[in-house]
Amino acid sequence: MNQSQPHVTDDETLRQRLEAVRPRLVSFALLHLCDRCQAEDAVQDALLTAMEKTASFQGHSGYETWVFGILKYKILDAMRAQKKNGQWQPLEDESDDDAIDRMFQQNGHWSPQARPAAWGDPDLDLDNQVFWQTFDACMIGLPDNLARIFSLRELMGLSTAEICREVGIKENNCWVMLHRARLRLRSCIEKGWLNTETAS
Amino acid sequence: MNKCQAATRLMSLKRDRPLTLGERAALRLHLAMCSACRECDRQFELLHHVNRRFEPPTEDRMTDDAPRH
Repeated sequence: MNQSQPHVTDDETLRQRLEAVRPRLVSFALLHLCDRCQAEDAVQDALLTAMEKTASFQGHSGYETWVFGILKYKILDAMRAQKKNGQWQPLEDESDDDAIDRMFQQNGHWSPQARPAAWGDPDLDLDNQVFWQTFDACMIGLPDNLARIFSLRELMGLSTAEICREVGIKENNCWVMLHRARLRLRSCIEKGWLNTETAS
Repeated sequence: MNKCQAATRLMSLKRDRPLTLGERAALRLHLAMCSACRECDRQFELLHHVNRRFEPPTEDRMTDDAPRH
């Protein structure tokens, strides 16, 4: 069906590229599965599928990006299996969030030090390695529950209704957590991103 | 609604479900007045597109063109 040749034809080069991206895949899977063995299994499964299907990779996106796309479905399968087997680690939402409270004044306006600043052209930023490094660091800095919800919504592309089904929380709770995650990420990325920009 | 904190709640919400008419009007009014919140809205939009890094395998791409909610 696919006529075009993949960028990666040499098995050894392919293996090396997959090995290089494996730690990132594992930490992503670990965030969602909370179990190292299961995370490693999901990644192994995704890498095997990637090796088998390399011929169908057309190079619209990066090879590693494509592998992440495969891993997404493996993670969702593993999450469902966890729930079926009673291994599910429920998301806990602490109702107070000091970090968010500090961003706003009593009257609901931005605190002077938290007021959003311009980031430059967002579209360009998506291709920018420095931006992604900052983003990754900020995701690691998020509380686990917020990182998991944000990742399901914005990285894996589930709707909030689907997230509720997958992780068993109420949709309203999901919206509240996404709001917090976005505010925290915005603030963290802004600090990292603007610092790098002025440093370069 | 003229509070930034409440406006960010709607900015976040509109990426997850369609806003009601009232919510949309309130948000639009606030954004017209508040440049910091306009920046925040742009940044939430950027965060809404981080999934470009996780594009699905090529055979699944056809179904992914509709606007996401």
